[in-house]
Amino acid sequence: MRAAAAGTALLLAGCGRELSSVNPAGPQAERISDLTWYLTATGTAVFLAVTGFLLYAVWRGRRRAESAAGPAAERTLTRWVAGSVAATVVILLATLVYNFYVGRSLADFAEPGALTVRVTGHQWWWEVQYQDPVYSRRLTTANEIHVPVGRRIRLEVQSADVIHSFWAPNLHGKLDLIPGYGGTTYFRADRPGVYHGRCAEFCGLQHAKMDFLVIADPPERFAAWYDQQLRAAAPPADSVQQKGQQVFLGKGCVMCHTIRGTPANSRVGPDLTHLASRRTLAAGSLPNTRGHLAGWVVDPQKIKPGARMPPNQLASDELHALLGYLQSLK
Amino acid sequence: MARTEEHVAAGLLDAGEREEMERTWRGQPGFWGWLTATDHKSVAKRYILTTFLFFLLGGLEALTLRLQLARPENGLLDPDQYNQFFTMHGTTMMFLFGVPVQLAMAIYLVPLMVGTRNISFPRLNAFGYWVYLIGGLLLYSGFALNTGPDAGWFNYVPLSGPQYSPGKRIDVWAQTVTFTEIAALVAAVELIVTILKQRAPGMSLNRLPLYVWSILVTCFVILFAMPSVALASLMLAFDRLVGTHFFNPAEGGDPLLWQHLFWFFGHPEVYIMFIPATGFVSEIIPVFARRKMFGHTALVLALVATGFMSFGLWVHHMFTTGIPQLGQSFFTAASLMIAIPNGVQVFCWIATLWAGRPRLDTPLLFVLGFIVLFTLGGITGVMVASVPFDQQAHDTHFIVAHLHYVQIGAFVFPLFGAFYYWFPKITGRMLSEALGKWNFWLFFTGVNVTFFPLHFLGLMGMTRRVYTYLPETGWGPLNLVATVGAFMIAASILVFLVNVFRSLRGGAPAGDDPWGAHTLEWGTSSPPPSYNFLHIPVVQGLYALWERTADRPVVAGMGTRRREILLTTVMDAEPDARYAHPGPSIAPLLAALAVGVTFIGGIFTPWAFVVGPLLLFPALLVWMATQDEQPGPPTPAEEPA
Amino acid sequence: MLPTAGSMRVLVPLAVALALAGCEREKRSHRDSPPGATASTAVQTTELQAGPKTTDPSVGAYQENRWAVSQGETFYIQYNCAGCHAPGGGGGMGPPLNDDEWIYGSDPENVFDTIVEGRPNGMPSFRGRIDNAQLWMLVAYVRSMSGLTPRDTWSARTDHMKEIRPERQPRPQRQLP
Repeated sequence: MRAAAAGTALLLAGCGRELSSVNPAGPQAERISDLTWYLTATGTAVFLAVTGFLLYAVWRGRRRAESAAGPAAERTLTRWVAGSVAATVVILLATLVYNFYVGRSLADFAEPGALTVRVTGHQWWWEVQYQDPVYSRRLTTANEIHVPVGRRIRLEVQSADVIHSFWAPNLHGKLDLIPGYGGTTYFRADRPGVYHGRCAEFCGLQHAKMDFLVIADPPERFAAWYDQQLRAAAPPADSVQQKGQQVFLGKGCVMCHTIRGTPANSRVGPDLTHLASRRTLAAGSLPNTRGHLAGWVVDPQKIKPGARMPPNQLASDELHALLGYLQSLK
Repeated sequence: MARTEEHVAAGLLDAGEREEMERTWRGQPGFWGWLTATDHKSVAKRYILTTFLFFLLGGLEALTLRLQLARPENGLLDPDQYNQFFTMHGTTMMFLFGVPVQLAMAIYLVPLMVGTRNISFPRLNAFGYWVYLIGGLLLYSGFALNTGPDAGWFNYVPLSGPQYSPGKRIDVWAQTVTFTEIAALVAAVELIVTILKQRAPGMSLNRLPLYVWSILVTCFVILFAMPSVALASLMLAFDRLVGTHFFNPAEGGDPLLWQHLFWFFGHPEVYIMFIPATGFVSEIIPVFARRKMFGHTALVLALVATGFMSFGLWVHHMFTTGIPQLGQSFFTAASLMIAIPNGVQVFCWIATLWAGRPRLDTPLLFVLGFIVLFTLGGITGVMVASVPFDQQAHDTHFIVAHLHYVQIGAFVFPLFGAFYYWFPKITGRMLSEALGKWNFWLFFTGVNVTFFPLHFLGLMGMTRRVYTYLPETGWGPLNLVATVGAFMIAASILVFLVNVFRSLRGGAPAGDDPWGAHTLEWGTSSPPPSYNFLHIPVVQGLYALWERTADRPVVAGMGTRRREILLTTVMDAEPDARYAHPGPSIAPLLAALAVGVTFIGGIFTPWAFVVGPLLLFPALLVWMATQDEQPGPPTPAEEPA
Repeated sequence: MLPTAGSMRVLVPLAVALALAGCEREKRSHRDSPPGATASTAVQTTELQAGPKTTDPSVGAYQENRWAVSQGETFYIQYNCAGCHAPGGGGGMGPPLNDDEWIYGSDPENVFDTIVEGRPNGMPSFRGRIDNAQLWMLVAYVRSMSGLTPRDTWSARTDHMKEIRPERQPRPQRQLP
């Protein structure tokens, strides 16, 4: 309780932050956030009442000369206890009804024709595939989901290996990715922004570093982004990038990664076709800068020990060229 | 002792009978005697000590986890070590401390409280302890040999299955669970029989102390809940070692099956720890408020209701798995409704304190701390019972905060209150009140400093079971505060240990009844003799020692040359039969070792299931063959009239 | 109330023995400096004998490690060895790997060379494509498929279809070339 004061201050500081359950950016999260405030307020009141009664009871009792026994005392106590139990029942019933209402409105958010995004969880990254009805317009990317503001998104989840959980707290509650099951939910982002998400079910060594981003853009920006992402990778623009592409295709990279427009077509690891357009690397663990990319390529085990990507011993000129090429993949 | 002299004066026994009773009931000498002991107090004391050692180990694991999380990107533990540490912490606290300590306390207290000489199946009791010890040693040997489990104490498949957890780590976990289940089931059975058939005459069911009621309910919960996890761990072992597909979706199995089986056990499991704790509270409050408990019948009904309802909540651990709306609603309703019997208990306790004259000795302080922490934990429990909120809070540190408030607040605090309350009875010495108050306040403050910030961390997005986090998240400061709190808790436990050691060496002698209590165990010496009561008392009211008449009636005519137990009827506790209990034996230890060979060997080779039973068979033979040995024959004067 | 020195005399050597067995099997190595990759440059051109071996003292590092074998199984699927050799090593376009016939030798170094150099009649070379540590884990897995590694390193069933335990796989007759 002493930390309550400090904690409240910290909590209020968290109100403006991303990655927060009480900073909703969409109607699903907003309904849950309202419920959260109701529960917190009610709970605090009940806690103060019970603690107050307890402290009063002890204070009063210590002032007695002898215990209060006998029929009168029993009647008083019975009234108070029965009244407290009745109040408890009322509060619980009210909470239950409110819960049903919120649960119903969350579930009623389905809409035919919503933009469908299928997320497949891997150890320890997120495969994202936009399910366009036109097959050639299906986009596969990784770890970063762009959505248009104000449009309902249908999220389909599945797992490639163990149980994961998709959680973007600013947008919606979490949904587990269970092998053998397909989960579905709907959400909508009502304002533009970058919303962080995390894996929320323990999934092994790098569960801690399996983040993703949901980026809500105005619809035109989203459409432009989508069209750009659909294009194959730009061909190398100069000799350094040319050499970089050769390094990519000649070393182990091609065993696991896809760059559309090149012969690299493996689906073991994330799609890298537009790697340079992403804000983070390694499932949200690193900012997407040249230095971090270099560190990740050369020794991923230092950053995410246990990840499936092996270290890559490259000569410095090879690394320089490779980085140049990868950073050209906008 | 006063009572013996009174009985001698009343012509009920001659002075030589006490020596005869001691001869009949004492164990064998030396280390062999320690291995063969079947006295419930002897087994219970080592049981309590062992569980407390595991509590300390679990606490050290927790401190290590908190040190790792104190700063972002900390390098104290790598991910593999972190996974092992948090799995060991959870497994130790839940399987090796939580349930066993409650059963151990019950094994000590229940026979004394119902007025009998020993627990119903003394050798089985010893067997249960040895099996538990083997399970604990298995887990920690595995941990020391880099074979400790690393997939969480809840061990979800497919992560814990054969493909994603190669090696023997998870098999060690599964067999540890097997051993602790066997020990718990054994204790549950013998406690139920003791409570129903061995009560002192006059202790009809409506005169059963509230703690004994809580143990009776708990043992039934154990009987129905433990088989679920036994089945689940068996199926997992089969998937891993034999090649079955119980949890393999590609072949028709189902990962959710594990979750259902595990949580069908897992939710009652926390009530197995909680219900006896409410029993402790219901014993401490009347004594320290110096008033009979208000609402005895309501409290009994609340205990029974809690026991039943605890089986209807388990899916609230699975709210994010995509179960249908109807299921979510039902389990929300059930999870909210269980707050009603809990509320009844809290209100009755507060009422008793109000109407009584509380003295703020350490046991009562822990009870008061319990009520505050349990209320807070119960409220966050109501919050996470709400599905939409749980979909945000599940698997975050909000849940870590909730579970520790209810576990430490509602289970460990009453347990410490019980330690302070019954320590004089068990050891004959008083604990220091001054150190006790330091213990309490450090503990209470430490719990709040550690776990209250975690509520906010969870709402700010910090998920569970993460070995580190990035600085940009802003989670660093609250984590540091929590780590400081963890060390406060550690300090409070140190104070407790100092208190215990100092008291054992030279604490004030306790006498029979230092607190002015009312249950039967306070009517014999501290510590009790091996036969508990020289003469079985006759119970005349719900508050046995407060309501007995001046002549203090006892049962006369029980034999002193055989280990005689008085069996009474279930409802009204009228004398029914006399039964001669078996004596000390090495067979329970041998049988436990054979069970150990079977299941531990089974991790490595199926031949263990042949060799183990072959070793078990002679142990059981010795057990059965020596069952009826008694120190002496019945004398003519002891034949039933 | 504590156990005596006598029991310790039994328990301690037992624990040590277990340690020696368990620690190696359970070790997880994420950042090993991998055994040397100097595969020999001579390539086998006939089927009559195994080629010369790579000389490196650390080549057997993963052969008794359960975790490495399971990682090797993951790579076997990921890098599509299963595409020619079938999951579980039953063979198809490529020869079976879970029988006792080893065209190019079954020592770890031989298997390593096979993967790194490629072999005639269709085995491609993966030189430079697969990290050395991963290669040795693959070697361990391949050898475990026919039971050449200790029993407690063998793969258990996977969570995908068509998992076939090595010792259950029927051994095909010797094939004529």
